Amino acid sequence: MADAYDKLIFELSSPGRVGWSLPEADVPEADVHKLLPAKHLRRDAPDLPEVSEFDVVRHYSRLSRMNYGVDTHFYPLGSCTMKYNPKLNEDVARLAGFAKVHPLAPEASAQGALQLMHELAWDLAEIAGMDAVSLQPAAGAQGELAGVLMIRAYHHSRGEKRTKVLVPDSAHGTNPASTAIAGYEVVEVKSLPNGEVDVDALARTLDTDVAAFMITVPNTLGMFEPRIIEITELCHAKGVQVYMDGANLNAILGITRPGDLGFDVCHFNLHKTFTTPHGGGGPGAGPVGVKAHLEPFLPVPVVTKDGDEYALDWKRPRSIGKLQAFWGNFGMLVRAYTYIRTMGPDGLRSVSDNAILNANYIMKRLERDYDVAVPGPCMHECVLSARRQKRLGVTATDIAKRLLDLGFYAPSTYFPLIVEEALMIEPTETEAKETLDAFCDAMIQIAREAETNAAVIHDAPVTTPVRRLDQTKAAREPNLKWTRRG
Amino acid sequence: MANVPRDLKYTREHEWAKQEGDRVRVGITAYAQEQLGDVVFVELPKVGAKVTAAKTFGVVESVKAVSDLFAPISGEVVEVNGELGQKPEIVNQDPYGKGWMLVVKPSGKGEWDQLLTAQQYEELIAQGGH
Amino acid sequence: MASRYIANTPDEQKRMLGAIGSGSIEDLLVKIPPKARLARPLGLTPALAETDLIRHMTALAARNAHADSHVSFLGAGSYDHYIPSPINHLILRGEFFTAYTPYQPEASQGTLRSIYEYQTMIAELTGMDVANASIYDGASSLAEAALMAHSVTDRREIVLSRAVHPLYKRVTATYCEGPGVRLRDVPAPEGVTDLAAARQVVNATTAALVVQTPNFYGCLEDVAAAAEIAHAAGALLVVVADPVNLGVLEGPGKLGADIVVGEGQGLGVPLDFGGPNLGVFAAKNELVRRMPGRLVGATVDHDGKRGFVLTLQTREQHIRRAKATSNICTNVALCALMATIYLATLGRRGLVKVGELSTAKAHYAASRLTKVPGVSLRFTAPFFKEFALKLPKAPERVLPRLARQGFLAGVPLKTFDRALADCLLVAVTEKRTKAEIDAFAAALEKAVA
Ligand SMILES: Cc1ncc(COP(=O)(O)O)c(C=O)c1O
Repeated sequence: MADAYDKLIFELSSPGRVGWSLPEADVPEADVHKLLPAKHLRRDAPDLPEVSEFDVVRHYSRLSRMNYGVDTHFYPLGSCTMKYNPKLNEDVARLAGFAKVHPLAPEASAQGALQLMHELAWDLAEIAGMDAVSLQPAAGAQGELAGVLMIRAYHHSRGEKRTKVLVPDSAHGTNPASTAIAGYEVVEVKSLPNGEVDVDALARTLDTDVAAFMITVPNTLGMFEPRIIEITELCHAKGVQVYMDGANLNAILGITRPGDLGFDVCHFNLHKTFTTPHGGGGPGAGPVGVKAHLEPFLPVPVVTKDGDEYALDWKRPRSIGKLQAFWGNFGMLVRAYTYIRTMGPDGLRSVSDNAILNANYIMKRLERDYDVAVPGPCMHECVLSARRQKRLGVTATDIAKRLLDLGFYAPSTYFPLIVEEALMIEPTETEAKETLDAFCDAMIQIAREAETNAAVIHDAPVTTPVRRLDQTKAAREPNLKWTRRG
Repeated sequence: MANVPRDLKYTREHEWAKQEGDRVRVGITAYAQEQLGDVVFVELPKVGAKVTAAKTFGVVESVKAVSDLFAPISGEVVEVNGELGQKPEIVNQDPYGKGWMLVVKPSGKGEWDQLLTAQQYEELIAQGGH
Repeated sequence: MASRYIANTPDEQKRMLGAIGSGSIEDLLVKIPPKARLARPLGLTPALAETDLIRHMTALAARNAHADSHVSFLGAGSYDHYIPSPINHLILRGEFFTAYTPYQPEASQGTLRSIYEYQTMIAELTGMDVANASIYDGASSLAEAALMAHSVTDRREIVLSRAVHPLYKRVTATYCEGPGVRLRDVPAPEGVTDLAAARQVVNATTAALVVQTPNFYGCLEDVAAAAEIAHAAGALLVVVADPVNLGVLEGPGKLGADIVVGEGQGLGVPLDFGGPNLGVFAAKNELVRRMPGRLVGATVDHDGKRGFVLTLQTREQHIRRAKATSNICTNVALCALMATIYLATLGRRGLVKVGELSTAKAHYAASRLTKVPGVSLRFTAPFFKEFALKLPKAPERVLPRLARQGFLAGVPLKTFDRALADCLLVAVTEKRTKAEIDAFAAALEKAVA
């Protein structure tokens, strides 16, 4: 039975209740009206709720129960790498010597934090086969922006004014969006029906106006790009830089490295591969790695090591600048560092091995009942198409909703755009075989229901706190904040 | 098969155009609104703006898709359907009538004849619309 | 050795491979060309057992001065405010903590409801119509606001006061590089924006005028006057404001701001050496379709029951791709949840109290510290919880000594502005006590003597 709770915090408010505890002023003058000119002061206290501490705890506890999370549900959301987020990482990140350090503390008083950053950057560089890594980008999309801006600065430094960046039609939306913000014209290149790069078409498109080619490896169909080395060589021959979207790094740890494949830049999503929690949509961290020729353009400051001393180096005249006010999402860096130290090189390799095994196992178990986008073996995720079910009137969305009723979060749907009715399934290495089996059983059950009892799919979900929501109403009559009735 | 009125002309991007004296009324076709689904937002130019044939003049949005609107002919916008701001659903309900978008005073010559006829447009959508 | 984060046993692996019809995991890697393969193990530190790792991490953490080990007067965009205990407990609930962006709204109502509450609270505090679900941090929020102003007005120049946080300006410059949006400065020689100069600089090419209040130096700006200057030129007014101050200070929206951005770290988010932070972004209604980031809206479900969804998504990268209003995807939802729980806990009166105590203690600190011979306030304009202190001795010679005595005395302004090489930016939150301030003044007196 779904929880029928339907309150917002504002609706619990009772004038006079307090949830906080602050000391009385211990200084002689505490009246802001005497300390500050009236024109700066708020006339009325802000209309925030008045609730007790326990009201707060119960309300948000109940809200949390309206969510599926990795801790409670299998969450096969493709491209997002919804793996287990180790509890130890949380303990470590909460040590006062990490969580309560001010970003502008004197460098001499923050040597542990700087050392951690320096070592993590080095580890990521080793994992990706890159020469230098900046930890500053706040998420993958910001890593992309940083990477493309570095490519731009590099071309400019050589007196080249290239204007276009090539992005496959299978790319994640952030790729073209970041590229556009970096000032480039985005040229979409059509993939082959199997999702691979059309190398001949690419060769024809590469010219002296192309600054970069940006691709995801493994690609967004979960497949390794077999001609990748040829592709990066082809690009370099035309003076084109190659960017790897590293969102799918979980597939290749210790197996192959972007740098060795010929990539000039790649970003990491620490909230995917390196277990920092997704938090309902962030924060993440999107470090970006580069080859030596791009190193002068890294965002400032760079963490340096001189003897046993760590410092922030600001004197980098060719830097692209800054992406966020401080040094990066340090809290996430602590978690990723803890994870890498927990796993070690062999552990990371077995992460990818098992992620690949799990994805192939699912693909095999479902290949009779759903169309596979591309025949396997796949890497860490597999893409199915519900086109067969669509002919019976059951869409990828319908299947996603039915899965919620059967106790699973849904795969990514309608991504990549080049697969009709796409269902992108990424089990990750942290899931056990019995979970994968239960999920596959549910998927097969839905395939049967599509043939015999589609109504139960179209009605779904019925076990969640709300049933299907009216998206059209939400967009036509935007209601983006709570207002007091009457 | 979506309704394709005989007395209108069409673009390959699924706008219709209707001659009204020396003015041309513009909207999107029944096929276009079906493909989009529930229209939730329409962005149109202001009266007095210039539009150019085959160039975009606005956008129409559903929950999960955005579509550029292309001008069938060049000219000056003399009327805009203000009702679509509050009630974008009219585009779904009555694409050839109350769901019109602009009235343009044409400036170019010969553009009208380059538009698709109803029959040509029907053939286009029979092939999947591209 | 088996890893505790991977379930498959060798026997299970064998059974799964059997089902797949492969002899080994290696067989699954056939598409990777042999010459692309890494022929050696990664050169990383070998795995550490939990107990050893905790020892290592504790040792690293012990090398950092922090807000519990030292009495901190550090600010400049990151503040040591009170964090009510329930926040940490609640955000750690796995259903919040380990969920993704709420793409399946029926299974994400907890996150969606909390974001809707967050948007409501931020709109209320900033005095704006709508707030988004978050941007990475205050600086990137400002950068997004600059790009948004450019797209709304179709103008190419952003005019920033020199009293806007210099690192925010740096980030804005990075974002504006590609689109070719130029940044121009307005001086702030006396610690507040020179509005007469602003009037000269802002013109018909200006997309937005940007001021921060309290500004980088802690001083309060005349937002209403700035609004009048921007609007007279047809430009937008972007105000950078710290929402934790807005229990006491007027919401910039009420004073004419078109976009309000800021750093929400003070709302219950840990210092974390500068990140993750919380980028606040709010705007007027008529600009909502140009806003970056996610928005949650209320709607109804199939049975007419209230529910919440991500809405106006056609602005976003996954739909509009190269033409999206922003490239942001992952944001800082969990920090927004911290802020929501913080604002729920502090509520109507608590937030006012935080602002009052910070102001009172900061003003006490200013009067106490300027009693130290040779120490004075650099600027005379009204300030809120932070102020620039002029020292008779170079700050870099004073700070290490004070650090050894347990005080993180402030942020030296030299790195931000050479003209202020003798100044220290001192922030005082409600957490500081009179006794701490008195002790700091005594230590400072010795250090500068
Ligand atoms: C393939 C791919 N690229 C880029 C991104 C963007 O990363 P982020 O959400 O961290 O900005 C994602 C994640 O959503 C992704 O799956």
